Amino acid sequence: MPILDVQNLRVRFETHHGVVRAVDGVSFSLEEGETLGLVGESGSGKSVTNLALMGLIPSPPGVVEADALRFEDRDLLALSDEELRGVRGNEISMIFQDPMTSLNPLLTVGRQLTEVLEVHERLSRREARKRAAAGLADVGIPEPERRLDQYPHELSGGMRQRVMIAMGLLCRPKILLADEPTTALDVTIQAQILELMQKLQREYGTAIILVTHDLGVVAGMSDRVNVMYAGRLAETAGAVELFDDPRHPYTRGLLGSVPRLSGDTDADLDSIKGSPPDLADLPAGCAFRPRCSFETERCAAEPPPLFDLGGGRSSACLERDALGQPEGGAR
Amino acid sequence: MSAPLLEVRDLHKHFEVGSPGLFGGQQEILRAVDGVSFELGRGETLGLVGESGCGKSTCARTLVGLYPPTSGQVLYEGEEISSLSHRDRAPFRRKIQMIFQDPYASLDPRQTVSSILTEPLRIHRLARPRQRRLRAMQLLDAVGLNPRHIHRFPHEFSGGQRQRIGIARALALEPDLIICDEPVSALDVSIQAQVVNLLGELQERFNLAYLFIAHDLAVVRHICDRVAVMYLGKVVEIAERDALFDDPRHPYTRALLSAVPHPDPRIERGRERIVLEGDVPSPLDPPTGCRFHPRCVERGKVTGDQCATVEPALGSRSACHLESDV
Ligand SMILES: Nc1ncnc2c1ncn2[C@@H]1O[C@H](COP(=O)(O)OP(=O)(O)OP(=O)(O)O)[C@@H](O)[C@H]1O
Ligand SMILES: Nc1ncnc2c1ncn2[C@@H]1O[C@H](COP(=O)(O)OP(=O)(O)O)[C@@H](O)[C@H]1O
Ligand code: SF4
Ligand code: SF4
Ligand SMILES: [Mg+2]
Ligand SMILES: [Mg+2]
Repeated sequence: MPILDVQNLRVRFETHHGVVRAVDGVSFSLEEGETLGLVGESGSGKSVTNLALMGLIPSPPGVVEADALRFEDRDLLALSDEELRGVRGNEISMIFQDPMTSLNPLLTVGRQLTEVLEVHERLSRREARKRAAAGLADVGIPEPERRLDQYPHELSGGMRQRVMIAMGLLCRPKILLADEPTTALDVTIQAQILELMQKLQREYGTAIILVTHDLGVVAGMSDRVNVMYAGRLAETAGAVELFDDPRHPYTRGLLGSVPRLSGDTDADLDSIKGSPPDLADLPAGCAFRPRCSFETERCAAEPPPLFDLGGGRSSACLERDALGQPEGGAR
Repeated sequence: MSAPLLEVRDLHKHFEVGSPGLFGGQQEILRAVDGVSFELGRGETLGLVGESGCGKSTCARTLVGLYPPTSGQVLYEGEEISSLSHRDRAPFRRKIQMIFQDPYASLDPRQTVSSILTEPLRIHRLARPRQRRLRAMQLLDAVGLNPRHIHRFPHEFSGGQRQRIGIARALALEPDLIICDEPVSALDVSIQAQVVNLLGELQERFNLAYLFIAHDLAVVRHICDRVAVMYLGKVVEIAERDALFDDPRHPYTRALLSAVPHPDPRIERGRERIVLEGDVPSPLDPPTGCRFHPRCVERGKVTGDQCATVEPALGSRSACHLESDV
């Protein structure tokens, strides 16, 4: 049984520019201990998906609906606020791109960490402090005891990110939602943090949903990948299969856009023409149509559903078979 | 031999930080750029890479005259320009333009595209008013935007389009050199690829030289002819692109390259990475000897305690005692 099962998740924001369907019918499941990568352009609904799972969508303007949101054997939609608080930050926790938005600048690092433990695990102050220091040591922070008494602004960016990861992992969550956890960091620090997340995942068996726009990070970390476009899943596949043989024109374009460190570095990059759509004003039919070079008349009819391609893969493209041979030409 | 388009000689830019007197606080010297030298030829692209805070932007801003250098020289076609007065510098300002990372912050939201693009022409008294409009439309066309959108405001464009406007503005004065400070870092990959391709196309068309600052090394490999790697205010290695990427010499360059994730699961999973310990030290108090020594995994290969005591000079290629040992 998957640890998380999401069926037909929909999140809309009712703004004065109209209704923004930030997530529009997303279904997926997450197995214990696996890492699911979530990629897509900014505004494609990655963060909103995670926030909805955490019950953190502001309402109004947000409205969250789903056919099912199951965590283990519990229905998250049916839990009371109090039951939800017990899950959130404890069994499912989240880390963000910018540690300053989730660390309280007015509290010491130690206070923020121990608070989580006192609330969720009812530890005494002293026990909590011990666990907090151990948590910091786990994420490779030197002199953890001393760091507990410092404030977030006294730490470097990489160190703050590690504090946030420590906080996210403190209660040994079953699921970690990591939203661009290394985007703001230098590659050398990113490498430290990614290594750390993998080590902690091995130790605790945590399942991770990793939101990132960095395809290199996805390649190194994910077992499976969900590709989002305009609030919907465009494609889902095992990481190796997705990178070897993308079955959606958007995924194909995305992979062609990334410059490589090796191989032919002089040819022009295969960019995707145009820009991401306005969610409040989507084209009829497939949302990728205005930028797609495989588009045919039938693409204008309605948003294509996710077609099962077998082998754990699916693609929301009507012309997915035309993508068969890599030489078919995405350009 | 004629002088290179741009030559930078032992450039230093230090900032005084901390408030003197207040709370008995002491003035400290922050060595943002601490002895940088390089040359850049016409039509060439030099990449400038390194971790956050290593001094890339400060170097760029000092080059274009936004900061006066603490010491050192900037030569444009052999002529020293960093000590010129604001007025005497004007003709050089035309020739060296800059584009920035944040297309949102670098454009005035109250100006139309027309006014943004004609302003540099107005300031430098180039072209007649009517021709300026025409020129602005040509610029928009050159960067792949619709010339009819000339009366729109920046917020009516997407991030990638705004970066194109920033590029058009830099092109307005027909520069020889554009300093690009993280021009694509804020963009989605698909849009980033469009802008990278555009920069390549414009370079060919106008024979532009670029100083290209970026932290994405794959983008740098794609676009640059030569690359300089900075660490804590200094260039630690400078080389032709392929030499640098295929055969990095400085231990820091090696670590930096090895930290870049490859967008290919097969490579990425089996790969050995050099994971550096710790963070970049503060430029307020850089380590003695080789500035990289507290994090260097190769310092054991150097005899004695040279790494901690003697600062290695930038030789033909890299600033590391290993270079001179072999
Ligand atoms: N005006 C200033 N006053 C004082 N210190 C400054 C000033 N500008 C930059 N610095 C400091 O100089 C150092 C180099 O900064 P710089 O902005 O050049 O780094 P960078 O290499 O461009 O980094 P990034 O990759 O984050 O853009 C940093 O320690 C920074 O805090
Ligand atoms: N609180 C909110 N109110 C209105 N719109 C929102 C809100 N939060 C997110 N959105 C919109 O939802 C869409 C998806 O956003 P998000 O999930 O943050 O994208 P990303 O994929 O970059 O993480 C965007 O169009 C965004 O503007
Ligand atoms: S459904 Fe049509 S428009 Fe959409 S991605 Fe497939 S081919 Fe392109
Ligand atoms: S000089 Fe020594 S510490 Fe510095 S990079 Fe070379 S080996 Fe490492
Ligand atoms: Mg996001
Ligand atoms: Mg900078």
